[in-house]
Amino acid sequence: MKYLISLIVGMIVGAAAFIALLYFNPLTSQNKLSPLSVTENDVVTLNYSAAATDTLIYTNNGESQVAPHPAKVLQLWERPIRRTDAMATVLTDGRGQPAGIGIKFSSDSEQTDILNGEVIVDSVWHIYVPGEGSLFIEQQENYWSYLREIVVPAHWSSSDSWRGAWNGNITSGPGALGIARVVGGSGSFSGLEADGVESLVAKAYSVDQGPVAINGHLAIEIPRLEPDASLDP
Amino acid sequence: MFKTFIAGILLGIVAAGAAFYFVPVVNQYREHSLIVVHPNQGNTESFHVNVPMDRIMIGAAAQSNPLPAGFAWPDEERFASTRAELFKIRNGKDAVVGVASRIAASHEDSGEIIEWVFHLPARGSVYVSMRPEPAEGGYRSGELMAGTREFALLHGQVTERWVADTSGSEDAPAGRIEIITAFVAREVAEE
Repeated sequence: MKYLISLIVGMIVGAAAFIALLYFNPLTSQNKLSPLSVTENDVVTLNYSAAATDTLIYTNNGESQVAPHPAKVLQLWERPIRRTDAMATVLTDGRGQPAGIGIKFSSDSEQTDILNGEVIVDSVWHIYVPGEGSLFIEQQENYWSYLREIVVPAHWSSSDSWRGAWNGNITSGPGALGIARVVGGSGSFSGLEADGVESLVAKAYSVDQGPVAINGHLAIEIPRLEPDASLDP
Repeated sequence: MFKTFIAGILLGIVAAGAAFYFVPVVNQYREHSLIVVHPNQGNTESFHVNVPMDRIMIGAAAQSNPLPAGFAWPDEERFASTRAELFKIRNGKDAVVGVASRIAASHEDSGEIIEWVFHLPARGSVYVSMRPEPAEGGYRSGELMAGTREFALLHGQVTERWVADTSGSEDAPAGRIEIITAFVAREVAEE
């Protein structure tokens, strides 16, 4: 009997050690430098508050930690969309002025791989900027660092909350180096094929309410028009 | 007993590793795709939105009954000609399979737009730009601008049409927005 207990305790210790190794693995930390920071092209930045109560609407299955907003919004409880969030929000420009409307759909991805520090969310943005045009952004987001550095410490905290200054790129694909794919639909964005990166700046998180003070930033590279190389006749 | 404890640790490490490797963390539920394959190598698929029950949001200026209740559209002048809606979308068997956004807007600089984004969590997303003027038969047609995952390598057309309910049933929706996608692999379309 004592051998069985010893084996079981050993297994629990081993499993805990494995999880601790995954959690503290320094090789899975996220790159905080945006791949677009070295571009020579213009970069348009659109900002939003990622706290649900600051959005126009935010909805999910109604059982998640973050409550839908407003309270009476239709919830996504059907099985095929139960692991999906939908958000509509006002996007602001670099001066904090309202610039456009952004709609984001996010679904937990089957490519999630905890062993490699990948908590993947497949998301798309549908953006309309009056006077400029519309955009579609496709990306995979990796929330591993966000979970490890904000959510888990908040659960460990005696106050059930986290406060600090965290910023990181959450875009992890589909492009190499963690770049989102941007497609222009209309207006001055018509025909655009570009790169983008979404990042988060978090200051407060509550176990009860989820993100409390958190801002998102969408950086979109606008390729410069190459001058015509043909000689002037 | 100490050797048993050490063996337990090793077994625990292996078991935890195997669990993380073999047990999927996310397994999206899938409804059967109801795709009709045509002789020209293309295929069509029908979706619809039951109105009003599948409508999540109507974002537009000056609404007397906002949806959802408590919703407030930004009152800036620049959003006055923008209408953004969110829906659940259903397949041909009336099962919810995804969510969708529809933005209709007009602006003197960027022109008139009607666009859809369909997001099917288990399959991918589709970005569609519709022609603002309706075609005959109450249809409006548009083109697939971009797709992700299952739709990434496709090319094709999408139509939308309002179909009013004529059943007279009390529980019936007022009508439905019928959406038909006609996609073909991009390499086939280029041949």
